[in-house]
Amino acid sequence: MAGMASPKGNKAEASIVDGRLGILLLPSWVVIGILLVIPVLIMFVYSFLTQDFRGGVIWTFTLEAYDQFFIDRGLFGDEPAQLEWTYILIFWRSFLQAFFAMIFCLLIGFPTAYFMATSPPKSRSFLLFLVTIPYWVNLLIRTVSMKFLIRDTGPINEWLMAFGMIDEPIRMINTAFAVQLGLFYSYLPFMVLPIYASIERYNFVLSEAAADLYTGRWTTLFKVLIPTVKPGIIAGCILVFIPSLGAFLAPDLLGGAKNFMIGSLVEEQFKGQAGDWPFGAAVSMILLTIIMIVLLFYARSQTNSAGRGH
Amino acid sequence: MRKLTTLMTAATMVFATGQSIAAEKLSIYHWFEYIPQELLNKFTAETGIEVVMDTYDSNEAMLANLKAGGMGNYDVAVPGDYMVEIMINEGMLDSFASSELSNFGNIEDKWRDVSFDMGRKHSIPYQWGSTSFSVDTSVYGGDINTTDIIFNPPSELKGKINVLDTAGETLVFASIHMGIPQCSTDKEQLKALSKMLDGAKKNWASFNSDGAKDVLVSGDAAAGMIWNGFGAKARAENASLKYAYPKQGYIVWMDNVVLLKDAPNRDAALKFMDFLLEPENAAAVTNYARYAAGVKGVGKHLDAELSEALENNPPADAPAGQFVQVCDQQTQGLYDAIWTRLKK
Amino acid sequence: MPAAKPIQRGVVTDMAVANKKMKWYPGFREITLACFFILYAPLIIVMIYSFNASQSITIWGGFSLQWYEEVFFGIEAEKFKKATINSLIIAIMAAVVSTVIATAAALAMVRGKAFKGKSLTFGLINLPLMVPEIVTAVATLIFFSVIGFDRGVLSILLAHIVFCIPFAYLPISARLQGISSIYEQAGRDLYATPGQTFLLILFPLMVPGILSGFLLAFIISLDDFIITNFVKGAGVETLPTAIFGAVKQGIKPNIMAISTLMLTVSIVLVSISYLISRIGRQN
Repeated sequence: MAGMASPKGNKAEASIVDGRLGILLLPSWVVIGILLVIPVLIMFVYSFLTQDFRGGVIWTFTLEAYDQFFIDRGLFGDEPAQLEWTYILIFWRSFLQAFFAMIFCLLIGFPTAYFMATSPPKSRSFLLFLVTIPYWVNLLIRTVSMKFLIRDTGPINEWLMAFGMIDEPIRMINTAFAVQLGLFYSYLPFMVLPIYASIERYNFVLSEAAADLYTGRWTTLFKVLIPTVKPGIIAGCILVFIPSLGAFLAPDLLGGAKNFMIGSLVEEQFKGQAGDWPFGAAVSMILLTIIMIVLLFYARSQTNSAGRGH
Repeated sequence: MRKLTTLMTAATMVFATGQSIAAEKLSIYHWFEYIPQELLNKFTAETGIEVVMDTYDSNEAMLANLKAGGMGNYDVAVPGDYMVEIMINEGMLDSFASSELSNFGNIEDKWRDVSFDMGRKHSIPYQWGSTSFSVDTSVYGGDINTTDIIFNPPSELKGKINVLDTAGETLVFASIHMGIPQCSTDKEQLKALSKMLDGAKKNWASFNSDGAKDVLVSGDAAAGMIWNGFGAKARAENASLKYAYPKQGYIVWMDNVVLLKDAPNRDAALKFMDFLLEPENAAAVTNYARYAAGVKGVGKHLDAELSEALENNPPADAPAGQFVQVCDQQTQGLYDAIWTRLKK
Repeated sequence: MPAAKPIQRGVVTDMAVANKKMKWYPGFREITLACFFILYAPLIIVMIYSFNASQSITIWGGFSLQWYEEVFFGIEAEKFKKATINSLIIAIMAAVVSTVIATAAALAMVRGKAFKGKSLTFGLINLPLMVPEIVTAVATLIFFSVIGFDRGVLSILLAHIVFCIPFAYLPISARLQGISSIYEQAGRDLYATPGQTFLLILFPLMVPGILSGFLLAFIISLDDFIITNFVKGAGVETLPTAIFGAVKQGIKPNIMAISTLMLTVSIVLVSISYLISRIGRQN
């Protein structure tokens, strides 16, 4: 829509930034290049180095870290090599939890976004304001408040017991449920906002047309509205999925740190006790690769659907 | 763009000068909740040295963080006995002459020639105590003086157990439970250990070190591994908690203040160590952390109830505790692998 | 968006009622209420319990401000004060620098003509959003360790600038896209230099976008825990790392008081940015 802003194509050539593109973009190239791209490349190199005992590296190249990740030779390294499931399971569990967090956020977030976007404009901006506030509150504090709320002696259990609805506190803290709840709660606003933005832009004439064809309410929703606002839904899903995947506050504070998630596995290698830097770098590289592949597929599907539109 | 450069330069200058005009400083890397703020304030008041402190929750985490670029930033740290030995082997500690500390003579004789630092060239005693577990006796009324409580719990405690989130102490404690020697390289023993832990984990609620007291007090856990002094603090908040001295054995340890290599403020560090060897100050730590100081003459400064505290007085029939041993790197790797497998 | 509305309105007015009915789905309002309940319940509980007189955090012992007193005058007040100052310095500087960088980038990306590598540049600017925070943290830690950079306030600041750039960029470029280039062309037609055109015409129009970009970057920096935890140096704490250190040992009432204070600050800042954007829209 922004493209429409310049009525005459030729005139746009005389933009005030003409000839200054390099200068204007240089700061972002330099800063992100030096402080993110190069570090990721160095991390890639580090994943091929030898571990120094409890922290640090020795500059000898080895595939040790990837070997440790993928290949199981038993506790003593004397058994026949087979696929190592330990870390794949950690990844699998993290993916599953991030996936469910995404689904739950979508199930609650979509109707919320829809309801907000179809409210009268005045209450709409107020609802938007309400949904953004929790997102501004420190993630740590939100996670801790959730912990406080659901522990055995926390308000939920105390109240349920006070009202005689249960005799024993319901065990919620330090369970997979708690981690799931924490992830869901942490990233819910990330799902609502992009979906809201695309539904607000949605032209309801389309739904009208569908209704005229005597299509039911729900068919209209699934066949007309959802396909149109799909980019917003996908953006929301990505914004929930990626941070959930690397999360370590929720597993640590709500899950009792019983099972490693990708985030806590990496953290353990650097800030924790394992001190295996190359392995931590390798795990990070593997995570990054998977995410880049997912994003690539997303980008491909975006260009494809854009192509279909024309 | 020029604005930006000016800004960055200005920022750098602020930080650079900010550091150089500051008064004498001391950087401590310490266990969490292990020194009263009042004592640090007293040190600053006496010496004019400003104190900054970071905390850690396990010996291993401290080592890893120091190796991850912490060296040269901190002056002193407070590793446990076996970790002092590891740090000496790694060349991470500076040494000092006993004449550099005027209170060196205050070190209790039995803590002077210790196996991990003969003659105390790198370290001074901080506190010593034991690692075992506490049980909420309102939840479980049976005999608690057995490591079964943690590794093979009675039904009342199943799903309500917290263990320390550190490979070092938790794996040694598990070895004690199974009667396996520390630093074992026997395959069958290690496999059995790994299997036992896998089974026991099903009954655990959480892995938590710095929250070891809170999980017990809040009721998130009804039994949990804990250090004796921390257990005493927990009991102060919830009287039904009882610290156990299991018949299979338990861990004893001594934490020590060490002088780190490349300490930016070596003089301040020595002043601080001297300060901590002052009986009154050592007693202040003990009154706060509820362990025992390895310093002469603290007795008259100690809280009265401390000497009778159950946590500091093993029952007569309790076995002697074991110190954690330093394994060679390869063996340690095996234990690390068991730990990772446990938490997968 | 502004282009779409008139059409919609024109066609639909007479069918407004039918439209409203068509838009309605059973249960959506209830789910929305549930959603807001989930979002707010923990925060409100924390707010309430921060005024609890009882030492125990589970028993209500009457109204009291003692935990706020402890935050400001207690034994740990100095530590939290230092952490707050660090956090504010870092957040302000990171927000200023990243906003300047993002504004320059947005001008080039939105107003500049197509150039080779434009989509690559777009990807680069948004890269900090795509890379999971834990990966950025690890990479930055290794980088500082390789080049021997001293870890302290400056290392935190540098790391924060990077991940604040996309957050500052998004609202600024969105705003810029909404400003018609007719204004600049008018300026150029009156023989204003590009510099004058920018300063006198475009910049004032961009101010709301720049301000909300700045606020977004500020809050993102103020709230960051994972990256800060990895790159912070000896004895340097920011508010989130100080809070993390405290809550790991258990939730104490004074942490709830700090949380409530931070919540209040956040609400004030969001309200300001909300008002600014409304004023911006009216212009």
